[in-house]
Amino acid sequence: MSDTHAHSVAFVRTETLPELPPPASQAGIVKWMRENLFSSVPNGILTLAAIYVIYLIVTSAFPWIANGIWNADSLAECRTILDGTTGACFSVLTERWNQLLFGFSYPTEHYWRPSVAFVLLFAAAAPVMFFDLPRKLLIFTGIYPFLAYWLIWGGTIFTPLFALVGLVIGYLVYARFVKDSFAMGFFGGVIAALMTWFIGGYITEAIAPAEPFLEAVQSRNMGGFMLNMILGVVCVSLSLPIGIVLALGRQSDMPIIKWICVVFIEFIRGVPLITLLFVANVVLAYFLPPGTTFDLILRVIIMITMFSAAYIAEVIRGGLAALPKGQYEAADSLGLDYAQAMRLIILPQALKISIPGIVNVAVGLFKDTVLVSVISMFDLLGMIRGPILSSTDWNGVYWELFMAASVLFFVVCYGISQYSQWLERRLATDHR
Amino acid sequence: MTSITDPPQGSFRLSMLINDTRYRSYTFQFIALVVLIGFMAYLGMNLVSNLAAAGLNISFDFLGDPAGYDINQRPIEYDSQSSHLRASVVGIINTLIIAVLACITATIFGVVAGVLRLSNNWVVSKLMAIYVEIFRNVPVLIWIIIIFSIMTVSMPSPRAFRGDDPSSSMLFDTFAFTNRGVYTPKPIFDSGGWIVVAVFILSIIGIFAYRRYATKKLYATGQLLPTFWPSVAMFFVPAILVYYILGRPITLEYPELSGFNFQGGIQLRGSLIALWFALAIYTGAFIAENVRAGIQAISKGQTEAAASLGLRPGRIMNLVILPQALRVIIPPLISQYLNITKNSSLAIAVGYMDVTATLGGITLNQTGRAIEAVLLLMLFYLTISLLISAVMNVYNNSVKLKER
Repeated sequence: MSDTHAHSVAFVRTETLPELPPPASQAGIVKWMRENLFSSVPNGILTLAAIYVIYLIVTSAFPWIANGIWNADSLAECRTILDGTTGACFSVLTERWNQLLFGFSYPTEHYWRPSVAFVLLFAAAAPVMFFDLPRKLLIFTGIYPFLAYWLIWGGTIFTPLFALVGLVIGYLVYARFVKDSFAMGFFGGVIAALMTWFIGGYITEAIAPAEPFLEAVQSRNMGGFMLNMILGVVCVSLSLPIGIVLALGRQSDMPIIKWICVVFIEFIRGVPLITLLFVANVVLAYFLPPGTTFDLILRVIIMITMFSAAYIAEVIRGGLAALPKGQYEAADSLGLDYAQAMRLIILPQALKISIPGIVNVAVGLFKDTVLVSVISMFDLLGMIRGPILSSTDWNGVYWELFMAASVLFFVVCYGISQYSQWLERRLATDHR
Repeated sequence: MTSITDPPQGSFRLSMLINDTRYRSYTFQFIALVVLIGFMAYLGMNLVSNLAAAGLNISFDFLGDPAGYDINQRPIEYDSQSSHLRASVVGIINTLIIAVLACITATIFGVVAGVLRLSNNWVVSKLMAIYVEIFRNVPVLIWIIIIFSIMTVSMPSPRAFRGDDPSSSMLFDTFAFTNRGVYTPKPIFDSGGWIVVAVFILSIIGIFAYRRYATKKLYATGQLLPTFWPSVAMFFVPAILVYYILGRPITLEYPELSGFNFQGGIQLRGSLIALWFALAIYTGAFIAENVRAGIQAISKGQTEAAASLGLRPGRIMNLVILPQALRVIIPPLISQYLNITKNSSLAIAVGYMDVTATLGGITLNQTGRAIEAVLLLMLFYLTISLLISAVMNVYNNSVKLKER
């Protein structure tokens, strides 16, 4: 049949035509723009408005940044160089970077110490943040707090060393007795650690050299972004165990313990951090034994730790509540007692669920550390508003300094929140 | 024969307090209580001895003494001879003013940004993502101080508005942006003014009543009444009619330059604006994320099911998506309001006279009554947050899914 048909018409195409590209309006960037930017009239107006806003921001910010002066000694000199044109005076950053980062009274020749501590922080945090790394690295994480304390505060190495030794001995005792009973292991460990610290205190006094390898730096000399980092890292790490205990207490069947935890958590969460800082600044001293002198940074750490512990407790409570009841019942039916059930079954799962929430609390807390500038501590913001803006050289350099502070905080907080989102995807074991 | 599984019916022994799970919890609670009371007693004894050493006592009499300082924003009658108590009340009202203003503005910012971030428009959604990320990741105190600096450093001084060829001019001849604050027109109520306001409020109630009636009628008879244009008419017509019938009883008092400063109108100080906008923009970024999460939490199947029932897109949003999304959005939204109220205490950094700045700032420093002042301050914030949590619980219970 097909043969006859071929003879009956003048022309039959035997091969397929090559495919034509789609029409210009249906392909490439034009299609993308039609679909995403100008799909309807209101959408088009919105796009143009958005582009105009971006244009305004870029045109006003670009010359300011591009014309920036990086090597002047004062604002007046900046203005002379700029000679009326728009431009930033970034030289305040190049001249005062040390004050912004370390405060104005940390000894200049020791800047390397907090810097090393900062770099090592990443090494210490890595095994906690990324589960794929070998677990052996956690040993360094355990040593890090003592190492960082020694690096930043300096003084004799024996103080952090004995603190570490006490902790290790406490852990060994705990590990020895925990098989018999959790209570025995726990209290035995605590007592062993306390005894070591007590004895260690005397030994340190006896053998501490008069000229320590690292010169001691007083707490009141800490400042700048370093202070924000110290407060953030220390308070979050300390508040995690306290938060776990509070969350477990709030879930407890024992009414008195439950109510103690509820009142503590709700009280702390109900008041602004700044009132707690007022407490640290002016009230806390009244509640301490007469004659004790606490430095302000320690009092602030206590209050901020309480603050973040209450928030972390609520996050962990959410994690505990999210676990199916079957997990609790399974632990009970295995004959585990409360401590074993929590330690081996419940908490590992509950903490895993709560990690993103805990990270959010940590970011919020880190941002809140700038509040200490209100009680006249010289953290990053305190440095800017205090010594730098009131100096005769740099009186009036607002935007450059605030931009620098914002960038520092943005980098840290955005980094942590991106990590949290990555972790959330990573931990999502359900199939969606 | 008695069952061997019966528990031994021995008498109570002391060791059961530790070994028997029935009694052990009492032991633990008793220990906890003793430790707590002991700790409190220890703190209390320290307090007593410290106070005795400093020659102080706990007393709230200072609240009745004349405060002796001025407050620049006075919503109620106050002068430097008024008592500390009155200064605190002024502070509380100022706190509530800033909290309410910031909550409303933050909600607007947050809802707009959250919805636009979900838009198909690439440029707009990216712009909103940048807004959210930038504002969420920088401390609110820095934003407050940045905006405060803009208000006090970058704005022209009132002097710039003077002369024949002023370097600054008022916006629409009604708003003046100066480094002493923003001046806006102030409504002056004559004798009939309140009637107009009352009519306006009544007509808003009327709109809701009419809408409810229309829904009822729709469900009862299937007859669809128009709602949009009648609502618009009810919103404007009665109030405007009454306004002109009563002979325009409400007039605006415009700010005018006289002497070295603007006179008349309402002066919004730089500190108020800074606190208000910083809190609104910062919290708006968080609310935007809540709104986005709430809308995304509703599965696509809901939209598709509604569409297959033949609902139009606007109705799908109003009748299917929003009621479900609001259940997810409102609880975090209310806790953001709580955060705004607590963050308003940062007013002290820019000199806005809220309760932290009056009671916890100047009063505390002048009288030296640190414990009492901080205690009262905490009680105030605690009351506010407990009230807001109570509202949230009522709401949560009312919208809870009724299951099984």
